[in-house]
Amino acid sequence: MGVTGSPTNINQGTRTKGGIGESTLRPDGILKVTGEFAYSSDMWHEDMLWGHTLRSTVAHAEIVSIDTSEALATSGVYAVLTYDDLPTAVKNYGLEIQDTPVLAHGRVRHHGEPVALVAADHPETARRAAAKIRIDYRELPVVTDEASATAPGAPLLHEGRDDHHIGHVPHPNIVHRQPIVRGDAEAAKARADVVVSGEYVFGMQDQAFLGPESGLAVPSEDGGVDLYVATQWLHSDLRQIAPVLGLPEDKVRMTLSGVGGAFGGREDLSMQIHACLLALRTGKPVKIVYNRFESFFGHVHRHPAKLWYEHGATRDGKLTHMKCRIVLDGGAYASASPAVVGNASSLAVGPYVIDDVDIEAVALYTNNPPCGAMRGFGAVQACFAYEAQMDKVAAELGMDPVEFRQLNAMEQGTLLPTGQVVDSPAPVAELLRRVKARPLPPERQWESAGEHPDVRALPGGLSNTTHGEGVVRGIGYAVGLKNVGFSEGFDDYSTARVRMEVIGGEPVATVHTAMAEVGQGGVTVHAQIARTELGVSQVTIRPADTAVGSAGSTSASRQTYVTGGAVKNSCEAVREQVLEIGRRKFGTYHPAWATAELLLEGGKVVTDGGEVLADLADVLEDEAVDVELEWRHRPTEAFDLRTGQGNGHVQYSFAAHRAVVEVDTELGLVKVIELACAQDVGKALNPLSVLGQIQGGTLQGMGIAVMEEIIVDPKTAKVRNPSFTDYLLPTILDTPTIPVDVLELADDHAPYGLRGIGEAPTLSSTPAVLAAIRNATGLELNRTPVRPEHLTGT
Amino acid sequence: MRVNFTVNGRRHEADDVWEGESLLYVLRERMGLPGSKNACEQGECGSCTVRLDGVPVCSCLVAAGQVEGREVVTVEGLADFAAHRSEAHPGTGCASGACGTTVDQAQRWKAKPTGEETRDTGELSPIQQAFIDAGAVQCGFCTPGLLVAADELLERNPEPSDADIREALSGNLCRCTGYEKILDAVRLAAARADETV
Amino acid sequence: MDFLRPASWEEALAAKAEHPTAVPIAGGTDVMVEINFDHRRPEYLLDLNRIGELSEWEVGQENVRLGASVPYSAIMEHLRAELPGLALASHTVASPQIRNRGGVGGNLGTASPAGDAHPALLAAGAEVEAESVRGTRLIPIDDFYTGVKRNALEPDELIRAVHIKKADGPQQYSKVGTRNAMVIAVCAFGLALHPETRTVRTGIGSAAPTPVRAKEAEAFLNAALEEGGFWDSRTIITPSVAKQFATLAAGACNPIDDVRGTASYRRHAVGIMARRTLGWTWETYRGNGRSTEGAA
Repeated sequence: MGVTGSPTNINQGTRTKGGIGESTLRPDGILKVTGEFAYSSDMWHEDMLWGHTLRSTVAHAEIVSIDTSEALATSGVYAVLTYDDLPTAVKNYGLEIQDTPVLAHGRVRHHGEPVALVAADHPETARRAAAKIRIDYRELPVVTDEASATAPGAPLLHEGRDDHHIGHVPHPNIVHRQPIVRGDAEAAKARADVVVSGEYVFGMQDQAFLGPESGLAVPSEDGGVDLYVATQWLHSDLRQIAPVLGLPEDKVRMTLSGVGGAFGGREDLSMQIHACLLALRTGKPVKIVYNRFESFFGHVHRHPAKLWYEHGATRDGKLTHMKCRIVLDGGAYASASPAVVGNASSLAVGPYVIDDVDIEAVALYTNNPPCGAMRGFGAVQACFAYEAQMDKVAAELGMDPVEFRQLNAMEQGTLLPTGQVVDSPAPVAELLRRVKARPLPPERQWESAGEHPDVRALPGGLSNTTHGEGVVRGIGYAVGLKNVGFSEGFDDYSTARVRMEVIGGEPVATVHTAMAEVGQGGVTVHAQIARTELGVSQVTIRPADTAVGSAGSTSASRQTYVTGGAVKNSCEAVREQVLEIGRRKFGTYHPAWATAELLLEGGKVVTDGGEVLADLADVLEDEAVDVELEWRHRPTEAFDLRTGQGNGHVQYSFAAHRAVVEVDTELGLVKVIELACAQDVGKALNPLSVLGQIQGGTLQGMGIAVMEEIIVDPKTAKVRNPSFTDYLLPTILDTPTIPVDVLELADDHAPYGLRGIGEAPTLSSTPAVLAAIRNATGLELNRTPVRPEHLTGT
Repeated sequence: MRVNFTVNGRRHEADDVWEGESLLYVLRERMGLPGSKNACEQGECGSCTVRLDGVPVCSCLVAAGQVEGREVVTVEGLADFAAHRSEAHPGTGCASGACGTTVDQAQRWKAKPTGEETRDTGELSPIQQAFIDAGAVQCGFCTPGLLVAADELLERNPEPSDADIREALSGNLCRCTGYEKILDAVRLAAARADETV
Repeated sequence: MDFLRPASWEEALAAKAEHPTAVPIAGGTDVMVEINFDHRRPEYLLDLNRIGELSEWEVGQENVRLGASVPYSAIMEHLRAELPGLALASHTVASPQIRNRGGVGGNLGTASPAGDAHPALLAAGAEVEAESVRGTRLIPIDDFYTGVKRNALEPDELIRAVHIKKADGPQQYSKVGTRNAMVIAVCAFGLALHPETRTVRTGIGSAAPTPVRAKEAEAFLNAALEEGGFWDSRTIITPSVAKQFATLAAGACNPIDDVRGTASYRRHAVGIMARRTLGWTWETYRGNGRSTEGAA
C-alpha cells in the first residue's frame, strides 16, 4: 500500500532451548544493527506531506486572533488547521482527565502549546508557512508554584472543573490530593530521642528518549486512517484519538512503529491526532517528525517536587514516626498527575517500617510545562527526600547509615502505611548488605595511566580542569521502594494471541500482542515464554497493532509481568488444545496420554517422566491452534481519600545502590566513579536484559543527580534550555562502572515468580549519588540536580 | 539543487534538494537510507554518525551540497565496508560476522585472550555482531551512530583501553543502556579481532 | 537560499564580494545547527569545503599558519608541540565527530564568547588573516572580538588562516562544563608562558561579552616574576603571588547568569583555573614534566 517502513513479522529460532532464564538475543537485534529496523521517524510514503505544529511562544495568554490566510496561500501548502477546524464536539484528550486541547482554544496555558497545524510538500515549506500564521496573544499572569497557584485571586488553569478529583481538593489549581494517615505520628514523636526534618527540592527531568515524537498517518478509502506511531500504549492512544476524529475505533487502525525509547514520555499523545487530522483533511499521507527543540515541548516531563519530611528515632535507632508533605508540579494539564500523587503518597515511607505516619501529597496545576509519567513515577522524588533523611537521622544518632537502614528495613510481612501487607520477599537489608560488602574501586585511578594524569578519570574529564587538585572521594548509600503495575483499583490487563502450527515440518509459535516494544526487550521475553510453554524453537513475533486486544501500557515495570503473564496464559491454553488434539489422535496408543502430566518440549509431547509420546508435527499436521485471551493480575483497591488506606498495589520492587564519587571541591565538579546496584528481580527471565534495565535505570538516576534539568523561568514560565546543548544527558565518559548483583527471590503471586524491574534502579541511584557528594563535601545539599554553584557556594 | 555522491559504494543522485537540507535528511528522506538517525540534529548525540571520506562526522551538520562528489558510508553499508577492509588488510578483524568470544571473556580480556574456535555466521560486521551478542542494543536508536563510531575506533586502535573507548564514543548518547553493555560490545569485538590475528 | 560552491579561494573571495550576506560554511557545526533549528535562513550559503588549502597548515620560524578549516582533530594530533594550548583546547571541543569537522576559522567567524579556541589564541598570541578581493590584512587577535558574536571582519572578507605564535614555553587550557565531555564552556581559561619575552599571556572564555585577556593579572604576574627573579631561579612561585594572579584573573571577568552557570560561579571558577594552569605551566617550566600536562 505504498508505506515504507511498515513493521513485519520477526522470526527467531534458537539452537538452545531459548526459554526463560536464558540470555537469548533480541529477535529485532539484527534489524537494529543493520539500520533496517524502521522507527516511527523512518516511515515514508510516496506523495506524503509533512505536518508541522505551530506552538505558543508564551506560557499563558488569551488568543485574541489567529490569521492563517497568508500561510494557506503559500505554494506547496495543503492545509492549515486551528481549533475551529476540529471536526467533532470532542476537542480535548487526556489520560485520565480530558483537559488537554488538541489545539489551543482561545487560551494557551503553557509555553510550547500547539496552536495550529500545517501540511505541506516539504518540511521547510511547512515551517515557512507556519511562520506566516499571525497570532495575537494577550498575555496573562502566570502561576508557577504552590504559593502563586493557591493565592487569593490566582488565575484558575481550568475553570469549571468537573473531573472526579474536584470534590476532594482544597483548591481548583490542585489536581489531586492524597493523604495517608496511620497510627498517631504526633504521639509517636513524643517517644523520639531525635527528630530530624528537612525540605528538599527535585528538579524537572526529561525522559529524553532519543527517537523524537513522529509517525505517519495514511487516510484510507473507507474514510478511516492507518496510523504508524511510536507510543507506549496503542489502545490508550486509540481511545483518545478516535472521538476527536469522529471515527469509530475500528476505523483508526494503529500499528506500532519502531520506538526510540520512551521512559514514560510516550504515555501521553503528542503528534497522533494532529497527523490524523491533517491526513483526513488533505486526503494524503502525512508524516510528522519533531526535532529535538519541539520534542522538549512535545511530551510531559517528570514532576519537579518540593518535599518536606520529618522523622523521629529512638536512641537505639528505631524510627518512631514520619510526617511528610509532597508538592508535585503537574504543570498546565493533568496528564498522569493523579496517579503520580497516589504513588508519591503511598510510597513516601520508603522501604522502612514506620507505624505512625502522616503523609500528604498534592499535584498542582500551574503554567509550567505539563508533567506526567517518567520512570519511577512519583516514587523517585520521595526516595530522594527520605533517603537524605535516613542519612541525617543516622548522623544525628551517630550510627552507620547502612546499619541504621537495615535496623528499620521492611521485610516480608511488613504492614505499609496504606494498611497493605507486603506479601512477597522484601530483601531490603540484604540488598544493602550486598552493595556495602562489595570492594571499593581503587583510589586515584587517574594516576594509573602512566606519566601524566589521565583527565578522563577525573572530575571535569576532557575539559582538563584538575590533575588531582581539590579532588575528594565520597561514598553514599540508598535504597528504594517502587510498586509494579497499575494500582488503585485500575483494571490492569493484557491480551495475548498465540498461534501454533507446523510450518515446513517444524512447529512454530506465533505471538501477537499490542505490547509496545520500546527497547525494554518484551519481544525477546515473549519468544522465550512461548518456547518454554510450547516446546518450540521457532517463534514469530507479529507487529504490535490494534487488531489484537489491549496489552496495557509499557510502563510501571509491568510488561513482563502482565503481558508476559498473558502470553504465558495463552500459551497454556494453546498447549491444552494441542494436547487435546493429541489425545484425540493418539490417546488410544499409550495410556500416558490419559494419566500423565504432559509437557511440550523439543517439538514433542513428553510425559513429566521424560517419555516421548508424539512429535508436535504429527499431532498438529495441518491444523493450527489459535487463542486470544485477556489476563489480569490480582485486583487492587483505591486508596481511601481521607486516610489513604487500601490494598492499592500489586507488587513491590526494591533496589539498593552504593555510589562512589570524586568531587573537585574547588570547582564543584563531580565524577561518579562507581554505582553498584543490588536488586531483587524475583526471576530473571532474560539475565542479560535484566542487567541492561538495571544499568540504564541507574544512569538515568545519576543524570538527575548531577546534570539533567529542564530550567523554567519562574517569571515567565518559559523553558530556557530545550536542546541537547543545554539539557545535558550523561555521556559514556560521565558514566561510572555499574556492577550489578541480582537476587532472585520468587514472588509466588507473579508469573514465574518474576518481579517488575525497570524502575526501581532509577529511584535509589539519585539519592546514593547525592549522599556520596555530601560525604565528600560535608554540604547539606537538599536539592537535585547538584550544580557547581551549590558545591562552591557561588 | 542537484547533488551527486557515493553512498556505501554506490552512486546516488538527488534532485530538487533544498539548499538548507542536511546530508542526514538527504540520506533518510531522498535516498531511502533511514539507518542514520535524527535524534538531535544539532551535533549533540551522534546518532547520525556516518563516515564522510572515511572520517566520522555528524551527518546532520553537513550541508547536502557539501557532499557533492564525496564518499559516504552509513550503517547500512557498514558490513560491506568492514568486509572490504578485512580483505584489504587481512588479520585486522573478524571478517564477516561472529567469532567465538563470550561477553564474560571479553570483559576479562586484556591483551591476549585465550582463543576459542571462530565461526562464521554471516553478513554482519564484527562490531554489529558484538553489539547484538553483548546486549548493547535496547531501543536501538543510538545504535547505528555508535556502530559507525566504534568501528572506526577499532580500525584506528585495535586494542583500546576502556578510557579510549569512552573517549571515542563520548559523542554518542545512549539513553537506555547505561553504556555498560556498549563497552562490553566494543571489548568483545576487539577481543574477537585479536583472536583472528 | 542559494548554495555557492566555489572551487578555489579566489572564487570564494569573488563570491563573497558579490554576495556580502553569504554565510560561509565549512565544518557546519554552527551554521547547520542554526539552519536545522530554524534560527537562520541565509540568502546564500558559501561552501568552503572544496578549497583544500584551508585545511592545510605551515609551521614557520615564528608562527604556525593554520588554515581556517584545519579540523580540531588534526590540531590535537599534529600540532601539539607547536601549539600546546590550542591542542588542549581542541581536545575539549564538543565530540570526536565535531572535532573532525570543526576548525578555528569557524570559531572565529562565529565569535561566540564560548568558542573553545579563543582563550588559547589570546594566550598564545595570534593574528587572523582576513582576505577579500580588496586584499589581505592581519588582524591582531586582541582586536578581533568586537562584541557578542561580532568580530572585526568586513562583510566581504573571509578568514583564510590564523597565524599563531609557536610556543616558546609551556601552555595550558582548562574549561569548566557540567559534563565530562561534549559540553559548551561555562567558562574557560588559557595560559601561556613566554620565557623568551619573560611574559605570561592569558585568555578567558565565556565570562564576558567577548573572549578577553586578563591584562591586569598578566601585568601583575609579569612584574612579580621579574621582581622575584623567578624566570632565572625557576623556583616555585610564591603562593601569595599565584593567589593574587587568580584574584585578578577572576576580576577580569564580566560574566552573566545563564542556564549554564551563574556569574559569581564563573568568576570563582576562572580564578581557580588561573591558579591551577599557572601551577601546571610553571612546574613544566621548572623542568618537572610529571603531573603537569593533562593527558588523554
